[in-house]
Amino acid sequence: MHNSQDVKVPFGPQHPALKEPEGFLITLRGEKITASSVKIGYNHRGIEKACEERTYIQDLYLIERVCGICSHSHATAFVQAVEEIAGLEVPKRALYIRSLIGELERIHSHLLWLGVAGHEIGFDTLLMYTWRDREVVMDILALLTGNRVNYGMNTIGGVRRDITPAQAKEVLKAVDILEERTKYYIKIATQETTIIERLSGVGVLSKKDALKLGAVGPTARASGVARDVRKDDPYAAYGELDFKVITAETCDVYGRTVVRVLELMEAYKIIRQIIKNMPEGPIAVRAPRKIPAGEAVSRYEAPRGEDFHYVRSNGTEKPDRVKVRAPTLANVQAVSKMLEDRYLADMPIVIAAIDPCFSCTDRSIIIKNSGSKNSKTIPWEVLHIQSIEWYKERRGIDFSGLNRKYAKGFKI
Amino acid sequence: MSVEENLKHKLESRFPHMKDTVVVQRTRRMSADVAQERFFEVFDYLINEMQFTHLCTITGMDEVESFGIIYHLSREGEIVFSLRIHISHDNPKIKTVTGYFLEADAYERELNDLLGIEIEGLAPGHRYPLPDNWPKEDHPLRKDWKPESEVDHA
Repeated sequence: MHNSQDVKVPFGPQHPALKEPEGFLITLRGEKITASSVKIGYNHRGIEKACEERTYIQDLYLIERVCGICSHSHATAFVQAVEEIAGLEVPKRALYIRSLIGELERIHSHLLWLGVAGHEIGFDTLLMYTWRDREVVMDILALLTGNRVNYGMNTIGGVRRDITPAQAKEVLKAVDILEERTKYYIKIATQETTIIERLSGVGVLSKKDALKLGAVGPTARASGVARDVRKDDPYAAYGELDFKVITAETCDVYGRTVVRVLELMEAYKIIRQIIKNMPEGPIAVRAPRKIPAGEAVSRYEAPRGEDFHYVRSNGTEKPDRVKVRAPTLANVQAVSKMLEDRYLADMPIVIAAIDPCFSCTDRSIIIKNSGSKNSKTIPWEVLHIQSIEWYKERRGIDFSGLNRKYAKGFKI
Repeated sequence: MSVEENLKHKLESRFPHMKDTVVVQRTRRMSADVAQERFFEVFDYLINEMQFTHLCTITGMDEVESFGIIYHLSREGEIVFSLRIHISHDNPKIKTVTGYFLEADAYERELNDLLGIEIEGLAPGHRYPLPDNWPKEDHPLRKDWKPESEVDHA
């Protein structure tokens, strides 16, 4: 429905509200959003194609870099699929270690989100607090894996590093500190009136819509949909661990906040069980270089929801097809629904509330095959010139005066 | 009889043409091939009568002589069912499933951009995931597409 009072506002791909590129075109009537459309794909790097040209082990490290935050999620989802095709029996201890890193990753991701959410609603103290506390878990991840992100823990057939008793003790100590801090955040989320008032009734997604639009992760669970791959399709050690699937019935940003904060408590519970019950034994079995022909589907409950991988092998050392569907792509439709008839001022927090990760979603700049003799890359100047021309042509803004050193390259 | 075997049995008795194509890979994993012209009756049956109400994603792949399209459906808390069709490589065309699942919009745009499969009935919208100035005839996930070709367009 077009009305002369409607104003169309482009929002992004670069904008101050979120740290990743995504473009929204919103139609406003006064302060209210009447329609929105989203354009993503700015982070498409061709990873799926690149995987077809590399060996399984090389792919593992590439897949881990699909996303900086849920790197372990993607790597685990991928190795699970490959192990299933190869018929490998992964040692139990390795499965426990995978779940341990998975939960530590969830903690760092949820704390990061809580900080971003605080920032989006002008509650920057919360950002400072949660990001300070997040350093505790980052230090633990660095202690166990050597890295703050992109842990390189997985390998086909198990994990690459064992957990020593001394490390386990450090993990438990960190969990105690984090649990204490999380109790404080629960108190803030449930008692602090500015939070409750600002987030309640904002970005509403009914249970019916969550189901209809295929929402996943905390976005779905905050609308009362108890969807959690760890329970629904247990992988790694989750089949043997006791934990609750946290849901909320409020169907709004407030619910999404409560779900994530309470999930932190479940993560601590899971980690304590893992450390207590971790079986002794080897941490990996030997995997063949060539994977027999076959296919497998693998699901993983990433911090943002269901991460879906499909791998097809053709009997060689390189896969025939690797497909990645990150949770944010499944939640994109839900965002448009949440924005409908809402105020413009709610937009940043509503978008942030699905904890979007567009790097993950877009996966796949084009592959530079530096090993091959035909390889060529797009030089930085060419990209720069392209962007200046794009703006001139599409948006009518001319930046060429500011970029005279590229003047020779301009076509228009 | 396990839940998976039971579903296999139901599918085969309802759709005799699917006999021998339904595979139970393991607990919670099933797959089946179906001819393109019978796809919607099976897809509809799985969704509306067998409660496969979540579409995990759609995977497309270049099989050189044909294109394979897999619809990964899941039943809440249970099985992931991969329903596959093979379509012609010369004139690849499928009908949209956005009537069933709105979220299929992005998955189908991917099939269109990366593999060059035409999607009948898909609402107009932005392309995804390739940039707007990407050549229309270049489909990177096709097996005959090589990365260096992109340099010509840079």
